Amino acid sequence: MTAAEMNMKLAVTPRGAKPRSPFAPRNIMLYGTLIVFSIYYLLPLYVMIVTSLKDMAEIRVGNVFSPPVDITFQPWVKAWAEACTGINCDGLSRGFWNSVRILIPSLIISVSVAALTGYVLACWRFKGSEVFFGILLLGAFIPYQVLLYPLVIILRELGLFGSLWGLVLVHTIFAMPINVLLFRNYFVAIPEELFKAARVDGAGFWGIFFRIVIPMSLPIFVVSGIIQVTGIWNDFLFGVVYTRPENYPMTVQLNNIVNSVQGVKEYNVNMAATLLTGLVPLTVYFFSGKLFIRGIAAGAVKG
Amino acid sequence: MTQSISIKDLTLNFGAVSVLEDLNLDVAQGEFLVLLGSSGCGKSTLLNCIAGLLDITDGEIHIQGHNVTWEEPSKRGIGMVFQSYALYPQMTVEGNLAFGLKNARVPKDEIAKRIARAAEVLQIEPLLKRKPGALSGGQRQRVAIGRALVRDVDVFLFDEPLSNLDAKLRADLRVEIKRLHQTLKNTMIYVTHDQVEAMTLADRIAIMKGGQIMQLAPPSEIYNRPVNKYVAGFIGSPAMNFMDGQLDGGAQHFDTGRGLDFSVQGYEFAAAPTSGPVWLGLRPEHVQSGKWAEGQPVQMEALVDMVEPMGSDTQVWAKVNGQDLRFRMDGQEAVAIGDRIPIGFDPARLSLFDKSTETRL
Ligand SMILES: Nc1ncnc2c1ncn2[C@@H]1O[C@H](COP(=O)(O)OP(=O)(O)OP(=O)(O)O)[C@@H](O)[C@H]1O
Ligand SMILES: [Mg+2]
Repeated sequence: MTAAEMNMKLAVTPRGAKPRSPFAPRNIMLYGTLIVFSIYYLLPLYVMIVTSLKDMAEIRVGNVFSPPVDITFQPWVKAWAEACTGINCDGLSRGFWNSVRILIPSLIISVSVAALTGYVLACWRFKGSEVFFGILLLGAFIPYQVLLYPLVIILRELGLFGSLWGLVLVHTIFAMPINVLLFRNYFVAIPEELFKAARVDGAGFWGIFFRIVIPMSLPIFVVSGIIQVTGIWNDFLFGVVYTRPENYPMTVQLNNIVNSVQGVKEYNVNMAATLLTGLVPLTVYFFSGKLFIRGIAAGAVKG
Repeated sequence: MTQSISIKDLTLNFGAVSVLEDLNLDVAQGEFLVLLGSSGCGKSTLLNCIAGLLDITDGEIHIQGHNVTWEEPSKRGIGMVFQSYALYPQMTVEGNLAFGLKNARVPKDEIAKRIARAAEVLQIEPLLKRKPGALSGGQRQRVAIGRALVRDVDVFLFDEPLSNLDAKLRADLRVEIKRLHQTLKNTMIYVTHDQVEAMTLADRIAIMKGGQIMQLAPPSEIYNRPVNKYVAGFIGSPAMNFMDGQLDGGAQHFDTGRGLDFSVQGYEFAAAPTSGPVWLGLRPEHVQSGKWAEGQPVQMEALVDMVEPMGSDTQVWAKVNGQDLRFRMDGQEAVAIGDRIPIGFDPARLSLFDKSTETRL
């Protein structure tokens, strides 16, 4: 290191106010509050996990907070593969695979349609496109219950009632307002000159969408994807109303297990089943949390 | 001379608002045409019409002899450079340059050849693998020019390509664009509201106002013989001095009626001079002062109001018989507020405009 560089190094001293001590009253307040809230929200999860790992004898002792003495995975196995709902005794696994079969097409179709609609509304305005967008947004304020029965009739007329594809269609429709809003607001922020440049370069409607817009918009696809995964996976109402028992999604199956009236209440199995059902959205959040925050923030700043 | 671009009776409305009306423009092969005008006068709109990015309401556009009025932008044989660079952020520089060629299904080895050539001309070879986000403004604009270059087209359209750059870079790139034009000999249409860019780059300048072309002429003519008062006031910095008064056509004598009058003999009238109210325009840099005022056909005395030393020269606000006048002095001359100094000028360099129509006499 030369003398000049040394001088540079020395000149770069921290500027601005001194950092506060970690035990300043403000920090104690802040972290104290955060810790209290974390405990408040994590405690039920803790109870569920420990309960699911105990056998029934241990649960009857009654201490819900104590860790399991004898760890057993039997409740998890039972919840997944053996618990009975009505005449079937193959546990949650059937519901899980039903949910997957519902989720994947619903996710792909709803996100694709919303992205495309948002793209048209943002970048290829037509006469009345603003009105169309307004009406679409109004859809977000209509309670589901109002639409429940009309949709039954529509699905019946289309011959889709009770089928998986009927449910996919319902999920796609209900995804539109919020997801189109997300995509449109994100795409509107793309500079107009970029589209002009692409048109001079010979890209058309689809070329611009696939080669320019989509590669620029990963964060908003993640946001929309997460909203859709959690929404569709956690859905109970549409699953019950629009499908037949053999197609019931996991949430409905869970309800049938937990609320079954025959026999003793197996708390450990119920806890395991509930945790299993919540695992998918949890995993999604866990792995894409950062992207999710970034997408939301980008939408907020640019929107 | 073959026309590179020929625009006939172009009209463009946005809904009920008419932005361009019955505009006619011919651009010669290899010409550098600058569209100059204040903000909102329709420069970008005209350029977008030529590029095919806006659907025109009426008229015809011909490029290289083809009627392209309803042709797609990519099929018009044009390349375009934008103010905001408009590079595709997720592609590398190379990808940006290749995008249009891939869309046009140009063979791979031909793409590579053209990119290599453009990169060499613009000195962006070391940047080819980088994303636009990792480039400086000047480098980005170079890449954007490269994107037009690789298309191998006859016509380049620039929409304020240097406006986002700092002053020094702007001057550098301006010279580079001029050099590029001299090597390639393409037709170029260049939108700007920077006078210096217009004067230095253009073969001809089109001064626009309110969607119409006020004057289309080489820079020197725009400067020396502006066709109307708007063009006269728009071109030149500091702006031209205007005095209103009466012209006696027969005697070729001008009188403000407020105590200042002088002969304008030597002025080249476009038609036989008539008498009536006029605007007289005098460029600050055409006023001589101090010892240089001697021997000028018209001489008077100025009372200095305000002084702005700029180093190379000094800008002076003065009063001449109650008339405001702004002029430039050599930076080395000593001058102070309240000084009375002799000034003079040559009527041949004046501009006279009819008071009501504001057109050149
Ligand atoms: N999409 C549009 N809808 C309605 N009016 C528009 C639209 N685009 C432009 N205009 C109007 O057309 C006129 C010309 O705009 P244009 O962008 O061509 O100006 P400009 O000369 O390029 O100005 P600047 O130097 O600011 O870029 C302006 O008055 C503008 O308000
Ligand atoms: Mg413009």
